[in-house]
Amino acid sequence: MSHRSDTERQSGIARKMLSYNKRQWTENVTGKVIATVCAALLIVVVLSITYFIASKGLSTFFVNGVSITEFLTQIKWDPEGEPAIYGVFPFILGSFLVTTLAALIAAPLGIGAAIFMVELFPNFGKKVLKPVIELLVGIPSVVYGYVGLTLLVPFIREQFDVLGFSLLAGGLVLALMILPTITSVAADSIAAVPQDLRNASLALGATRWQTIWNVVLHSSLPGCLTAIVLGMARAFGEALAVQMVIGNTTKLPGSLLDPISTLTSGITLNMGNTIQGTPYNNALWSMALLLLLMSFVFIMILRIIGRKGLVNK
Amino acid sequence: MRAKIMDRAATVILTLIAVLIIGTLVGLLGFILTQGWHKLNLDFLTSPPDIVNAGGGVGPQLFNSLYLLVLTMLIAVPLGLGAGIYMAEYAPDNKFTQFIRMSIEVLSSLPSIVVGLFGLLVFVNMTGWGYTLFSGALALTVFNLPLLVRVTEDAIRNVPRSQKEASLALGITKWRTIVSVILPAALPGILTGTILAAGRVFGEAAALLFTAGMSSPNLDFTNFALNSPTSPLNPFRPAETLAVHIWKVNSEGLAPDARDVADGAAAVLIIAVLIFNLSARWFGTWIYKKMTSGSN
Repeated sequence: MSHRSDTERQSGIARKMLSYNKRQWTENVTGKVIATVCAALLIVVVLSITYFIASKGLSTFFVNGVSITEFLTQIKWDPEGEPAIYGVFPFILGSFLVTTLAALIAAPLGIGAAIFMVELFPNFGKKVLKPVIELLVGIPSVVYGYVGLTLLVPFIREQFDVLGFSLLAGGLVLALMILPTITSVAADSIAAVPQDLRNASLALGATRWQTIWNVVLHSSLPGCLTAIVLGMARAFGEALAVQMVIGNTTKLPGSLLDPISTLTSGITLNMGNTIQGTPYNNALWSMALLLLLMSFVFIMILRIIGRKGLVNK
Repeated sequence: MRAKIMDRAATVILTLIAVLIIGTLVGLLGFILTQGWHKLNLDFLTSPPDIVNAGGGVGPQLFNSLYLLVLTMLIAVPLGLGAGIYMAEYAPDNKFTQFIRMSIEVLSSLPSIVVGLFGLLVFVNMTGWGYTLFSGALALTVFNLPLLVRVTEDAIRNVPRSQKEASLALGITKWRTIVSVILPAALPGILTGTILAAGRVFGEAAALLFTAGMSSPNLDFTNFALNSPTSPLNPFRPAETLAVHIWKVNSEGLAPDARDVADGAAAVLIIAVLIFNLSARWFGTWIYKKMTSGSN
């Protein structure tokens, strides 16, 4: 009796397992749909960011009738004057100068630190330098700005007998901020250089430094370039830390110690004080559009570096 | 001989660079903590700020930062998980997937101020909410989504194939396999990444200036009604976070002790970031050990 019911139960289970299960099927499809929707949302977000910023940013030219060339090349920014002049060249120049300065300072230090932690002292690098770099990434940008404001600006003021708020202060603060990015990306690409290449160079009698300089750096060059461009992209878009230390004047700077303005600082300072829909406000949106376009440019540069097949794997 | 001298010199210079970087971090943390140490007491951490007089605290700001963090994570983590699962498990090799990858790349390189401005247009003006915590949380979601997607995707890809195949071979559906086999195995990686993302939310300011706003209403911490404007839990009220407060105090602070307040707030922020960072490390290793060693 009991033997029979056992067989029945087993075949019941077998049937259940082999047959089409509607509940499971629904669950399976629902799961896939949810995951796909989440992924598609990313595209929606990017497209809507581009659409909204562009439509606001372009109204300066199409609604308020400001000429694009004048907007980009005029060196005078006087949105409240009569007639109002919207020349954002000083902001653009400021953004590029401060980004370049930061990259010039941070690139050698970052790549140097990457070499140190991969090639020279990997143990120390892994145990001390890497965590330090990761901590530096985590420090909020306002804190960098605040330290720049309380330490760096007074220091420059005393040393050079100037205002202190300057291109130099902005470049130094940004250099510190992008240093971790450059170091960690460069370190990854240096670590990816095949050990055989190093061995071959050392076997030829090259010193450690000759090997690093001629072989390792040479073959990790695209990775190091990627690191620098990523750092520059971050520096270009940084707003508050820069705004706190650069002085925010729209005059063209004559030296490293002069105050400047950047696209981000101009937007940060004025967006809240201008009325939506006015030409002044629209001009700020055009500056935001420029920032957006620049981040597309940075992505394109990164793609070109990557696509050339130069990036070592 | 020259090559050997160069070799020595390079080693010395590179070591100096490393020392410089470590020294900078130690100096930076030391400076912020020593400057702000005297402000770190219960009164400063709980009392409301004072715009004109000295002696204001950062109570509401600290609460806003934490609450915003929770709100953001409630929205961002499910979306990030979903998209990460798609990228790791479903994404076919086609144009759509490439387009998603490109979107992730674009989003992660967008300046946070641009994300904030997008938030101002869509989550503040178009929705008609005005400056609210919820708008801020949505802007921060946009800002953090690419990081969370990447973390999830990487963590899932690192789960051994054999585990997934074993589950599928038992006749378990793909979705069940993902939920009950792959996700638990990927959990340590996802959690570590999520905690680091949380640290980023806590310190972000530029994206919040024009979404969550630069002011905080007078909060009544005994009022728990979600729709009351003075309730701290109301997500549709303006809220200034700790990071925004540091910026605002420095650029337009009127209180005589603005510097002091900023010192204290910066110290609190740094301590929070350290906690996030260390707990991410510790938690990651702990949960990994717990899941792999087999001892309860």
